[in-house]
Amino acid sequence: MSLTVILGALELGGIFAILSLGLYISYKILNLPDLTVDGSFTLGCAVGAVTTVGGYPFMGLFLAFFSGCLAGTVTAILITKFEIMPLLSGILTMTGLYTINLIVMGDLPTISLFLKETVFTPFQSLYPYGNLIFIVIILVILVFLLNTFLKTQVGLALRATGDNEDMVRASSIDADKMKLIGLAIANGCVALAGAVFSQHQTFADINSGVGMMVIGLASIIVGMSILKSDKILFQLIAVILGSVVYRGLLTVALQIGLPSSYLKLLSAVLVVIAIASTNLKRRKKRC
Amino acid sequence: MLELKNVKVVFNEGTVNEKIALSSVNLKLEQGDFVTIIGSNGAGKSTLFNAISGAIPTVEGEIILGQQNITDLPEFKRSCVIGRLFQDPLKGTAPSMTIEENLSLASQRGKHFSLKLFSHKHKQEFKKALANLELGLEERLETKVGTLSGGQRQALTLLMATYVTPELLLLDEHTAALDPKTAEKVLEMSEKLVKEHNLTTLMITHNMEDALKYGNKTIIMKDGNIIAMVEGEERKNMSVDDLIHLYSSTTHEYTDRVLLKQ
Repeated sequence: MSLTVILGALELGGIFAILSLGLYISYKILNLPDLTVDGSFTLGCAVGAVTTVGGYPFMGLFLAFFSGCLAGTVTAILITKFEIMPLLSGILTMTGLYTINLIVMGDLPTISLFLKETVFTPFQSLYPYGNLIFIVIILVILVFLLNTFLKTQVGLALRATGDNEDMVRASSIDADKMKLIGLAIANGCVALAGAVFSQHQTFADINSGVGMMVIGLASIIVGMSILKSDKILFQLIAVILGSVVYRGLLTVALQIGLPSSYLKLLSAVLVVIAIASTNLKRRKKRC
Repeated sequence: MLELKNVKVVFNEGTVNEKIALSSVNLKLEQGDFVTIIGSNGAGKSTLFNAISGAIPTVEGEIILGQQNITDLPEFKRSCVIGRLFQDPLKGTAPSMTIEENLSLASQRGKHFSLKLFSHKHKQEFKKALANLELGLEERLETKVGTLSGGQRQALTLLMATYVTPELLLLDEHTAALDPKTAEKVLEMSEKLVKEHNLTTLMITHNMEDALKYGNKTIIMKDGNIIAMVEGEERKNMSVDDLIHLYSSTTHEYTDRVLLKQ
């Protein structure tokens, strides 16, 4: 395997680690399966691409994060105020976002960023490691921020909400507000990943979000089974590790000659096997 | 202190399954009252608690706590001043968080949850409070609550519910799922805490002896109504058999024990 292939895998693994960190908040901390992800990832791609075309690639990252927060907020409102079940709420937001994303992209299914200045441009002097260095910087900042946030009083309340909602309501914590904060941050991260992804790939595609929820989930499961820890910091690192390992596995599969169109099926099957094996093990223990 | 005026709760309103869970309940408690509530399943005891705590909406009536009308306040706002324990000992604590983190959340009751970093500065206060439970939990602040036994968790919940002194404490058969010895211990702890803070308390129980042993008033409920209230001298001179007799004659439910006596 050439250096380019390995670096490519690491870079993509890093980008999807941003997404997985977001999913860690919604899926692991809040215990909410959030399907908004597929839509908010594309939203991030679209916002990131449009701002890059406009000449503000870094601004694009912030705007993407912010737009993702909005998408998460919409889902949270559907869940808490309108009492629509979480899975359906996510699907509804995701479906609605398809139109929003097309509007953002000016009714074009793809936007090319070829030869445009992106967030990676300033790091080209460090070729071939520039891209990876930038992604690592983002991950370090993100892990630091999330780890600090989850240790604040709000962070503690957020974790308790996913753990035992009855207890949270009986402790004068607004569980609905916690879900809103959590889903906003989660989708903000996902959209940020989308923006970095589109600038890394130098194009944005209206369908790039399909299956992102599964990719994030697979990363979390893989990571948590490699690095088992109760400490938040190590769990965050585990998620990143999982994302990189998972991307590595896919890269190997592609190198061996698997058609790239098989990737989504492979991801889905992997998640099924991972979840099923832990559940079956538990059932065996009970007998 | 706590006043309920014509509080009515209806489940499945407007359908064939409509059920009046509470029909115009009136109740007035003074500060420091410790009321035990008895009644068969479906009598509306837990519904009464849910209505007071805001877990379910009321159809009619008013609930006044202290000086405040709390009828339309959301559940989480009411829990600023209402401490609650459930029958299920797992319901009151967050299992994947440590004892210290759980207590830290409880110590924030009624306050604003800010972006202040979680710190260990209250560790000594927590340890002191835990030591009062006499379960040795003060040495296990870093332990995940999920690994504790039901009795330990219920005792911890009790501590959490009263850590910031509430105006009202609701105990919903909080010892029913524990073994007799632990149940007694948790009950004694509850009484101690109630006396210490002079808490206004409502306690649901199925144990007639406990109903008389604890508190200063006893309420009998049936079909969503409060049908009898015993207090003062009458209650002091009452034996368990008397209470069972009163319960049977007012609810027209004759138990073996009552029939054998006659």
